[in-house]
Amino acid sequence: MNIVVLIKQVPDTYSERTLRSADGILDRSATDPVLDEINERAVEAALQLKEAHGGEVTVLTMGPDKASDAIRKALSMGADQAVHLSDEALAGSCAVQTARALAQVIKTLPGVDLILAGNGASDGRVAAVPAMVADVLDLPALTHARQITVDGTTVTVRRETDRGAVGLTAELPAVISVSEKINEPRYPSFKGIMAAKKKPVSQLSTADAGISAADAGLASALTKVTSVTPKPPKSAGQKVTDDGDGGAQIAAYLVAQKLI
Amino acid sequence: MLSTEEQAVVETVADWVDREVRPVVRDMEHANTYPEKLIEQMKEMGIYGLAIPEPWGDAPVSMPCYALVTAELSRGWMSLAGAMGGHTVVAKLLLAFGTREQQDRYLPKMATGEIRATMALTEPGGGSDLQAITTRARRDGDSYVVSGAKTWITNARRSGLIALLCKTDPDARPRHKGVSILLVEHGPGLTVSKDLPKLGYKGVESCELVFEDYRAPAGAVLGGVEGHGFAQMMKGLETGRIQVASRALGVARAAFDDALAYAQQRESFGKAIWKHQSVGNYLAESATKITAARQLILYAAERFDAGQRCDMEAGMAKLFASEIAMQVALDAVRVHGGYGYSTEYDVERYFRDAPLMIVGEGTNEIQRNVIAAQLVKRGGLDRG
Repeated sequence: MNIVVLIKQVPDTYSERTLRSADGILDRSATDPVLDEINERAVEAALQLKEAHGGEVTVLTMGPDKASDAIRKALSMGADQAVHLSDEALAGSCAVQTARALAQVIKTLPGVDLILAGNGASDGRVAAVPAMVADVLDLPALTHARQITVDGTTVTVRRETDRGAVGLTAELPAVISVSEKINEPRYPSFKGIMAAKKKPVSQLSTADAGISAADAGLASALTKVTSVTPKPPKSAGQKVTDDGDGGAQIAAYLVAQKLI
Repeated sequence: MLSTEEQAVVETVADWVDREVRPVVRDMEHANTYPEKLIEQMKEMGIYGLAIPEPWGDAPVSMPCYALVTAELSRGWMSLAGAMGGHTVVAKLLLAFGTREQQDRYLPKMATGEIRATMALTEPGGGSDLQAITTRARRDGDSYVVSGAKTWITNARRSGLIALLCKTDPDARPRHKGVSILLVEHGPGLTVSKDLPKLGYKGVESCELVFEDYRAPAGAVLGGVEGHGFAQMMKGLETGRIQVASRALGVARAAFDDALAYAQQRESFGKAIWKHQSVGNYLAESATKITAARQLILYAAERFDAGQRCDMEAGMAKLFASEIAMQVALDAVRVHGGYGYSTEYDVERYFRDAPLMIVGEGTNEIQRNVIAAQLVKRGGLDRG
C-alpha cells in the first residue's frame, strides 16, 4: 500500500507567535520551525499501516527551503522518500490554493492508495486542507480519524470530534486526516536519522509541478487578512487565598456552582 | 561542529528528555524506581549502540556527539546517563582490543541493548589505586578461577557482560604487567550483593560483586593475551572520564535552566529576582562555568577522535565539569531560596547527584595527580 503523508513545518507550538503588522500573516522568522506534531502522528499512522500491509510512505510538503528540516524528521522516523514543493511564488497561498497545489503533485505520484494528513496545522488553524485535497482529487474524505483499519481495498475509520464518534468506511484510494488521539509518534532512532540522509527527496518548483503562477501566492489568494484583533486576555477567575482554609473555600465555590 | 545528522541525534534525545523524562523523574527518583520504560526507549533510539560501528551496529557517532547525548540524558536524570556510560566504555574496549570472536559474540547484542555491559574496577579495600587490586584470576587448565570482590558496580545485576579488572599474575613487576581484563558473565561463583544505599544516583543499582571460585573460560581475557589489562583500561577510562564529565555538564545545565526560569518568575521587592545583582551574578557565573566545561569536554572528545592521547584532557574535563556542577547546583538552590531545599522542586536532586561525578570514575584528587604527572611528563601545556 502506497501512502502519501502531507506534512507541514510550523512555528514551534510552544513558543510565542506573532502576526506581521503589514499583512496580518504569521511571522515565521520569529520562532524555530518544527514539524507540526499532528503530522508526526500522521507519519506514525502511515508507518504502522506500512508495517502491517507493506508498501511505501512518501511525505509531501509545500513550504520554503527550510522545510527540509521537517522532511528530514519524517524520513528519520521511517518514511521512504519525500517530495518538496518549494517556490517563492507559493508564499502566502490560501487553503484552497494549497489544496490545489498539493493535489496537483499527488496526481503525478504513481499508485497512491492512501493520503494521510493531520486534521489541522497548529499555525493557520484553517483545518480544511485535507478535505479540500480530497475534493480536488474527487476522493472520499475521512476526517478526524482516531483509528484506521485497512482491509483489502476498504478503509474503516473511527471519526471522533467534540460532537461524537462515528464509523466511516470508504474504498481506497481515500484521504484521511488524523486527530491527536490516534497514536503516540515514535522517536526517530539514530539508525533512522543516519539513513534519512540517503533517502530520495524530490524538489519541485511550481513549473515542475504544472502549477500556474496565477493560481499561487498571496496576490491571487481567495482569502485575505483585512484586520487583526488579538484574542481578549482570559478574564481572571476567582482567586482563593489559602490561609489554611483553601480547601474548604474551593469546596464552597464548587458547591455554589452546583458542581459538587 | 557536529554534522546535521549528529545534531539531529542530540536534538532527538533532548526532545525525548523534555517529553518523557522530565515529567516523571521527580517521583521515580524519590521512590528509587528502576526506569524500565525509559531504558527500553533508550534502547529503541539506539543509545546503547552509539559507540558500535558496522558490521555489529548501525549508527555510531563521534565522541563529541556521544558527549552531548550523555549530557542531554543527564539533564533529564543523571542515572539515565549512568545506565549507558560503563556500557559504552566496554564497547570501546571490545572494539579497540577484543578478538574478532569476542567482538562478534558481544557487540551485536550490545548495540541493541539486549546485552548491557558494565566494568568492575573498584574493590572494597581500594578505589583509585588500580595497580593494587587483589581480585585474582588463576589459570587452571582451560579456564580461569576467579576470587575476590568488587564494589560500586553500577548496573551490576542487569548487565550481561562485566569487564572485570583482575590480576592474572600477582607477582609481576612492574605490577601493572600482571593485570588483565576478563570478560565475565553471570554464573556459579559470582554473587551480586543487595543494592548499596546512595545519596543520589537513584533508580539504577550499584552493588558489590563477590567471586568465589568463579570459572571463566581461558578465551575470556580481553584481546586473548594476559597482562595488557591496565593499559587497556587506561584507554577505556578516557571515554569514561569524558562520559562522567558530560554527566556533570548535564546536571549543571539542568540546575542552571531551572534557576534561570525561576529567577524570572519569582519576584521580590517589586521586581523579578534576577534583577537583584546578587541573584543575577549567580546566573552569570553559572552560565560561564557551564560554557567553559562544555568546551573542555568537546576539546577532549575531539582529541579522542583524532587518535591523540587525551588522558590529561579528559581528566581536566572531568575535574572541572564535576566541580562546577556542584557549584552550579548549590547556586541553583540559593536562587530558589527555601524552595531549593524542598523535595517538591528538582534542584535538590541536582545537589544530591552532582557529588557522584566528583568521587566517581577516579576521584578528583586522582584526576589532579594524573594532570600534574602529565604536565611534567609532557613538559607543560601545549602552545597550540
